[in-house]
Amino acid sequence: MSAPVLGVHGVTKVYGQGETAVHALSGVTLTVERGDYVAIMGQSGSGKSTLMNILGCLDVPSTGRYLLDGTDVGLLEEHQLSILRNRRIGFVFQSFNLIPRMTALANVELPLAYGGVKGAARRRRALAALDLVGLADRVDHEPNELSGGQQQRVAVARALVTAPALLLADEPTGNLDSRSTQDVLAILDRISHAGRTIAVITHEDEVAAHAKRVVRLVDGRIVEDRRQAAVAGPPPNLLTGGTR
Amino acid sequence: MSLWEILRFALRGLGANKLRSGLTTLGILIGVGAVILLVAVGNGSSLKIKESITRLGAGSLTVSTSTTGRSGGPGGGFGGSGQAESTAPRTQARKLTLADARALVDPVNAPSVESASPVVNAAAATATYAGTSHAISQFVGTDPGYLKPANKVVASGTSFTAADVTEGRKVVVIGKTVADELFGVLDPVGRQVNVGGSLFSVVGVLAASGSSSSGFQDADDVAIAPITAVQGTLAAYGSLSQIVVQSRTPEVVDAAQAEVTAILNQRHGITGTTSDFQVFNQASLQSAVADSSETFTVLLGAVAAISLLVGGIGITNIMLVTVTERTREIGIRKAIGAPRNAILGQFIAEATVLSLVGGILGVLSGVMGSQFTIVGVKPVIVPSSIFLALGVSVVIGLFFGSYPANRAARLRPIEALRHE
Repeated sequence: MSAPVLGVHGVTKVYGQGETAVHALSGVTLTVERGDYVAIMGQSGSGKSTLMNILGCLDVPSTGRYLLDGTDVGLLEEHQLSILRNRRIGFVFQSFNLIPRMTALANVELPLAYGGVKGAARRRRALAALDLVGLADRVDHEPNELSGGQQQRVAVARALVTAPALLLADEPTGNLDSRSTQDVLAILDRISHAGRTIAVITHEDEVAAHAKRVVRLVDGRIVEDRRQAAVAGPPPNLLTGGTR
Repeated sequence: MSLWEILRFALRGLGANKLRSGLTTLGILIGVGAVILLVAVGNGSSLKIKESITRLGAGSLTVSTSTTGRSGGPGGGFGGSGQAESTAPRTQARKLTLADARALVDPVNAPSVESASPVVNAAAATATYAGTSHAISQFVGTDPGYLKPANKVVASGTSFTAADVTEGRKVVVIGKTVADELFGVLDPVGRQVNVGGSLFSVVGVLAASGSSSSGFQDADDVAIAPITAVQGTLAAYGSLSQIVVQSRTPEVVDAAQAEVTAILNQRHGITGTTSDFQVFNQASLQSAVADSSETFTVLLGAVAAISLLVGGIGITNIMLVTVTERTREIGIRKAIGAPRNAILGQFIAEATVLSLVGGILGVLSGVMGSQFTIVGVKPVIVPSSIFLALGVSVVIGLFFGSYPANRAARLRPIEALRHE
């Protein structure tokens, strides 16, 4: 078996110092195998966003080690980190974070541009990713011409276009209505079924119900680690055949 | 990440805020345009002065009587500056005479001298013609050789001749102002004017000179007559006011000055440093004017350079605002894997494009503006000023853009993403 996609070992994160120090994470250990679909749940302030930022190589842990695809992230230079973020991680944010005044296609092409993929191949891959999220007819629209759900689907396409080892989603449905939520979750289910590793941060049980594994964080510690479906198999919603 | 890619991102970034980009470009445009235009104006006026030096009595010397005892050595130029020196008046001071003037035309001792014209100035000469009267400010008695060093050109009629001088005929060549005042639309040639009780026939009218060597008086308010006709009627016999010397070429004017000084020193028996005459070289005054005009050009250029600098600070300002405003966008770009160099490149490229576009438009407007005459000066573009201004504007873009770009590139993605 290959190295796990995620290897988090005794990670802590402390903001500030001395008496005012805040322990956002106090010793989190977590291993995620390839193909897993993990929902990280917790109340606000439980440290789930901090964990997400560390997993996404946007922030560094105070202590502890973090291995992504077997690489110790703490040993990497800024330049190597940017390559890591580009190739290995796909981000989906709660507030979409598309770049304004750029078309959906240009937004999806952006990670490929930074990754050095040339014109024609880039366009082909970006169009394929947009097709995957069902937005093939919206490629020339700018973010402000798209609905929230469509914007989030563009963001998912952007996250997937580099074929990353890990898809990280931070409250992907937090700003969406229930219909768009269903759309996005269905896409995540399909991606998971295709074998992609997904970590989604949420506080909604409805979202967590789609994951193969649910990890619950309280005060910077893992208090529950529940498996809902096998790593190798399809996600629970597709297993029962229902789409609710 | 190719250069072209970075440039495309930069153009897209600039296009996102067209008004702001336009105004920033305008700052550089004005700076570059001002540098080119003002340097061209300064250069144009400097060239104009240089041209008028060669036109206005190039190679002419004026010898005049000195009461201050200043030496008339080579380079002795501006007569007025010596007047404050307190020198005891010399009893032996000799006036300039006709004989002095003749002695200066000497192919052996003064090979550089082409001609030497004696000059007497008539005091208060009022001319009348058919009831119209005009006070001529400068009534000169001389010989025909005077016209060339004095830069007088006969426009209509003829000059008087050497024969007129020998025979003392009462003929006169008048300046444009005199012709207009006395005759109006009539052709003055052949008519007679009454000057101080003597009748003079007008034989020629001088071309308008447009500019005057002395600067203060109207160079066209002049009448020139044979010295023999003026002496005894309008001026006293005897001493001369001046001797005007023409050197063979403008280049040998310094040699001519030395020769004239040597001959007159000998004739007047002068051995020491004090002298009873002075030799005034018009070109030296003009070159002083030319120097000050070059200083003027430098000053204009400096003012324009400051406006270019202000434009550059404008770029920094705008780029800082842009970076702050787009912090979140920078965070997103970093989160999806933009390397630091790509962010740095994008913002430097934005600043450079702003300054380069501004610079090119500035060059165009500067060149176009130079086609017009500005405050009486025809601007002459200095090619190096174009390259300098354009180069400086690009350097400004790189230099002033690199600080905001560095700030953008250094942002930590997590902080940039949190920025609202």
